[in-house]
Amino acid sequence: MFHRFGTVVALDDVSLDVAAGRATALVGESGSGKTTLLRCFNRLVEPERGEVRVGEVDVRDGSPILLRRKIGYVQQHGGLLPHWRVLRNVALVPTLLEQQNAEAVARAALELVGLDSTQFGSRFPHELSGGQRQRVALARSIAARPGVILLDEPFGALDAISRSDLQQAFDELRRTLSVTTLLVTHDLAEAARLAGEVVVMRKGRIEQRGTMRDLVHAPATEYVARLIERARAGLEALVS
Amino acid sequence: MRMLAFLMTAFCSIGFGGSGRLSTESYRLPVDGDLLIAAGQTANRRVVVASKPFGESYLLAEMFSQLLESRGFTVERRPGLGATEIAFDALRSGAIDVYPEYTGTGLVAILHDTIPDSVAADPRAVFAHVASRFEEAYHTRWLPPLGFQNTYAIAVTRATADRYHLRTLSDLARESAHLTAGFTADFIGRSDGLVGLSRVYGLKPHAVRPLAPAVKYQALASGAVDVIDGYSTDGLLARYDLVTLIDDRHFFPPYEAAALVSEQLERRLPGAITALTLLSDRLDEKTMRQLNRRVEVDGEDVARVAADELRALGLVGGATTARIVARERESSFWQYLWDRRATLFSLTLRHLLLVAIALAAAVIVAVPLGLGLERARRVAEPTIGVLGVLQTIPSIALLAFMIPLLGVGVIPALVALWLYALYPIARGTYTGVRDADPDAVAAAGALGTTPAQRLLWVRLPLAAPIIMAGIRTAAVITVGAATLAAFIGAGGLGEPIVAGLALADTRMILSGALPAAALALLVDGVLALVERVVTPAHRRRRLWQTPVST
Repeated sequence: MFHRFGTVVALDDVSLDVAAGRATALVGESGSGKTTLLRCFNRLVEPERGEVRVGEVDVRDGSPILLRRKIGYVQQHGGLLPHWRVLRNVALVPTLLEQQNAEAVARAALELVGLDSTQFGSRFPHELSGGQRQRVALARSIAARPGVILLDEPFGALDAISRSDLQQAFDELRRTLSVTTLLVTHDLAEAARLAGEVVVMRKGRIEQRGTMRDLVHAPATEYVARLIERARAGLEALVS
Repeated sequence: MRMLAFLMTAFCSIGFGGSGRLSTESYRLPVDGDLLIAAGQTANRRVVVASKPFGESYLLAEMFSQLLESRGFTVERRPGLGATEIAFDALRSGAIDVYPEYTGTGLVAILHDTIPDSVAADPRAVFAHVASRFEEAYHTRWLPPLGFQNTYAIAVTRATADRYHLRTLSDLARESAHLTAGFTADFIGRSDGLVGLSRVYGLKPHAVRPLAPAVKYQALASGAVDVIDGYSTDGLLARYDLVTLIDDRHFFPPYEAAALVSEQLERRLPGAITALTLLSDRLDEKTMRQLNRRVEVDGEDVARVAADELRALGLVGGATTARIVARERESSFWQYLWDRRATLFSLTLRHLLLVAIALAAAVIVAVPLGLGLERARRVAEPTIGVLGVLQTIPSIALLAFMIPLLGVGVIPALVALWLYALYPIARGTYTGVRDADPDAVAAAGALGTTPAQRLLWVRLPLAAPIIMAGIRTAAVITVGAATLAAFIGAGGLGEPIVAGLALADTRMILSGALPAAALALLVDGVLALVERVVTPAHRRRRLWQTPVST
């Protein structure tokens, strides 16, 4: 895939396979192209050149609106509709898909992310904590049981404890649903914890892809090595 | 569209049916035979009689009206039209049929002519000159003069006259650097007013204050200004014992009063012309001063004074009706309001309808416009900027612009009010929708909502409070601006305000201004309730917490 924003090359002939039912993390600094790549999957970005396939189907066949209803999406600031109660927020995609039992589906999704639907369902987003809001956003993204979910720094704005709780909740959820997951994060530890495969991006290119173990033991480039080294130094600074 | 037509019809019938004017309940002419005969043919025997916004003009127009009514014509009264330009434009466009005008005004303010020296001293020659020029230039006709002149009377208090030895306008010019002038806006701008006085006499007052006609005599008496422009037939000149300075260089042309009639009236109802001509040469200056005094100083009802005079002239027969009640200015203000409740109610209703229709039309246009601009942001600011510029046009000027296009009355007033209401609503809608929670809008898009769903489910609900703030602002502006609609004959609560200003009657002004203020509060309050209903649930607060937006 190739894509530019104006004259800035965001994706420079990137090619990536994501294993079905597994989690893949895209890591890199701001401007590395990881979010652009993510957004190509639900056509929030239409690449200038190249194609995106899910299974055997090119995502460009058919309407982007219908496509997005089949792909879960969570952004950093959950993007809950502030004037809708939690349950209605979670029922958004089932409602768009005209499912008869949208409310029941939404309640089930809330339980899956660890929220009591009777306690939280009728609250407004501003009546929740930051962590609870992201859980609701997560519930909304999986309510209609999509085959794929895209997460763009979903836990980036949370405090460390909430983040850790949520990472655990998400990991369990993902395994239960065995949903194909693409996670954008700048946090290597998060990538290691949640994703089997890590893709390091830089300046619109893929530097290396593999397990975290591969990255640590056999960094493919100078950049990856520096990235690992920096993460390690950060941890050690904490301990000493 | 059909709804709009219906509303307009309902509106006009309420409006005109209830157009009690300032005279309303006080007096009705005895219904004589030919009026009943006329009832079946009212439509084609209808004459629209207008006046300019000062006492004598009201009085003369009322005399025209009653005279026509006694001869079986149906009269629609449009008193207090803006000023010379508005009244004359209305006449030319056929929106009104007749109003009282003065030859000097016609010569200088309308024809922009100067007096030919050959005829300067002879009022009848000036009249003939003006009449023929109007005939050829505007196809409007001056009926033979009513018999009196009402020229500008540049007046000072006796004390000022004594102190500076003022007798003539030349004397005034000599001392003018020590004096503060209080002139009406009309006079300041007219070439037969201050402009010409400065040119001919070298008049250069220390300061010039624009004053409403209603307050200039009080301002002079209280010493706030030293010299004012009055009319020679003003009832108040005598009351305050003022000195009228002599026009020693014959600057002012003769101002003979006469009925100015439209071409259509002459063609359509020659009988009306005949009726109006009955007044020609029947009113002298002394009489007019007395009549003006009764209206302006004693506060008598215009309709009654007009009826008395017509009866005295033998132009209208019959006995006085029993309904004439002396309403002295001493009776309490609340009693005054109570006496006029029917009139005020119909004026308020009409005012409310003006506001409601203009506002509804503005919402129908400006909300979609704001939404459209949000989709075309490049042109958004320029477009809203243009609407903003409209906002800076003074209401009275905008109303005046409407006359050549739409005549006078309800329609041009609605269009002007509509134009004023567009800006706050379009701005509120555009800004509200543009700035609606970007994260929520983005997330809704990423999960597969259509643009229409995002608009209806996310953007509009989130923008609703800001859109409503714009609508409330527009509503309050419209209630206020609608009072000025009276200047172009659209009625409403501006009518007693304009009349009160013209007749120097504070209670009459208040009888329009207080209900208008109450109406503004009421409309804003009702819209506050609407705002509460449309405000997204998560943002609702207690009802009166949000301040009135203006």
